Amino acid sequence: MERREALDRLTNLVASFTGLVGKRLPDDVTAKLKELSEEESMPMAKMIYEAMEKNQNQAFELDRPSCQDTGLIQMFVRVGSKFPYIDELSNLLTEAVQKATKEAPLRHNSVETFDEYNTGTNTGTKSPWLYWDIIPESDKLELDVYMAGGGCSLPGQGKTLMPGEGYEGVVKFVLDVMTSYGLNACPPLLVGVGIGTSIDSAAYMAKRALMRPVGSHNENPLAAQLETDMTNAIDSIGLGPQGLRGSKSVMGVNIENSARHPSVISVAVNVGCWSHRRGTIVFNSDLSYEMITHKGVEL
Amino acid sequence: MKKILSTPISNEDLKDIKIGDVIYLNGYIVTCRDVAHRRLIEYGRELPVDLNGGAIFHAGPIVKKVEGEEDKFEMISVGPTTSMRMEKFEKEFIEKTGVKIIVGKGGMGPNTEEGCRDHKAIHCVFPAGCAVSAATTVEEIEEAHWTDLGMPETLWVCRVKEFGPLIVSIDAEGNNIFEQNKVVFNERKEKALEDLYTKVRFIK
Repeated sequence: MERREALDRLTNLVASFTGLVGKRLPDDVTAKLKELSEEESMPMAKMIYEAMEKNQNQAFELDRPSCQDTGLIQMFVRVGSKFPYIDELSNLLTEAVQKATKEAPLRHNSVETFDEYNTGTNTGTKSPWLYWDIIPESDKLELDVYMAGGGCSLPGQGKTLMPGEGYEGVVKFVLDVMTSYGLNACPPLLVGVGIGTSIDSAAYMAKRALMRPVGSHNENPLAAQLETDMTNAIDSIGLGPQGLRGSKSVMGVNIENSARHPSVISVAVNVGCWSHRRGTIVFNSDLSYEMITHKGVEL
Repeated sequence: MKKILSTPISNEDLKDIKIGDVIYLNGYIVTCRDVAHRRLIEYGRELPVDLNGGAIFHAGPIVKKVEGEEDKFEMISVGPTTSMRMEKFEKEFIEKTGVKIIVGKGGMGPNTEEGCRDHKAIHCVFPAGCAVSAATTVEEIEEAHWTDLGMPETLWVCRVKEFGPLIVSIDAEGNNIFEQNKVVFNERKEKALEDLYTKVRFIK
C-alpha cells in the first residue's frame, strides 16, 4: 500500500468508527441497560427504558446518531512507538473528525472559546481533545473515541481535600454530585471517579475511568471493593432513568487512582450518560483492525 | 389511552394535567435554548416566532439540508438538553411569550415553578438521549430563524405528530416532581453515606 493510500484508509476508518460510536452503543453498555431494564419494577422507569431501547433500534435502522448531542470528540490514543503512521496521526485524527461530522452527520458542537463562534466542523483549538500514550516496542494503534455530551459533562467536578476529611470526604463529594448535577445528566450514569494527589490528575483519571468497560474493576482490591460499595450506595438512592426514580441509579462506578502526597487527597468525578458513546478500536501496522467494543459490526 | 394535546394550548387544556402524567403533542414545537433565551430576556430582542399558546423544546438538533431545495431541512436527531440552564430566564420567558409547554430534560427550579403557576404553563421531560425517536415525530421543519447562531441554537419550527412521551415535571399549579424527588433522594443519600463511611477508613 502506498503511504498516501494508507493514510487515507486510516482516516476513513477512524471517521467511520467515530460515526458508528455515535449511532450504536458499545456492547457492555447495551448489555447493562438491558439488565437494568429487566430488573426494573417501577412503571415510569420501565416506560423510559423501553423508550431508550426503541430509540437505539431506530438509530440503527435509520443509520442516525442515537442522541443529537454527539459531543465534543475526545480520544485516548495509545500509539506504539513503531506504528508506521505515528508522525501523521495528530492531523489525521482531526481530519477524521471533520469527515465524520459530514458523513454521520454529527451535530456541530465545537465553539471557539472567547471568539464564540461555532466552527461547524467539530474541530478547533485543541479539538478533538487528544490524550496521548506512547507504547514502547509496539507497532499498533489503540484508540478510544468518546463523544462527551454537554449534559454528562456538566456534573464534572473535582476537589482537593485535606487528609483529615479522608475517604469519607471523597465518597460524600461523589454522592453529593449524584443527587445534584447527576440527576440531569441522563441517568443511569457510568460514574468515573479519580482519586490521587492533585486536581488535574484526579480529573484525568475520572475521565480515563469512563473508558473502562461497565462492570470492570480496579486492580487494587480495596478500590475494587469501593467501586462495588459506591455502586450499591448510589443505587440505594433510587435515582432511576432520567432521575425520575427507579430501583437502581447507575450503570456502575469505575475508580482510577494514583499515589498521593500525604498532605492532600484529590477527588474528581466525571460521568457518562446512559447513552455512553465510547468505542475502542485497535489497528495493526497493516491497518487491519479489531473493534473491541462493537463486536459483529462492520465499518 | 394516549393523552394528546394540540397547539395552540389553552389554560383549560392544562387544568387536569398533574406531575408524573404522560402526554403527547400535535402541532408545532420550536427548538429554543440558551442564546435565544438570553437574546429575549437580557438583550430585549423580539423573538422571530409567535409562541403564544405554543411549545418550546430545549434542544439543539442535528438537521440536514434537503439536497436541491432552497431552505429546506430534514430533522435527523433531536433530543432534549439540560433545562436547568434556562432556569434563570424561564419565568420571564413564559411571561413575555405566553408559551404553554416547555420540553427539556431534568428538572427546573423555583423561578420556572412560579412562571408555570402564574401564567399557566407546564414543563415536561422527553426521555433524553432518545433523539431519533423524537426526530421521527417531526413531520416537517417549516421555518428556521436565527440561523446565525449555528445548528444547535437556531430556532427550528417543527410540525410534530404525537411528539412524546412527555413526562410532566412541573404542572400548571407549580408542583415540581424533581423537587419532590430530591427530598427523598437526599434522605436516602444521608443513610447511604453513614453506611459508606464505615467502609472507607483507609487512612490509619
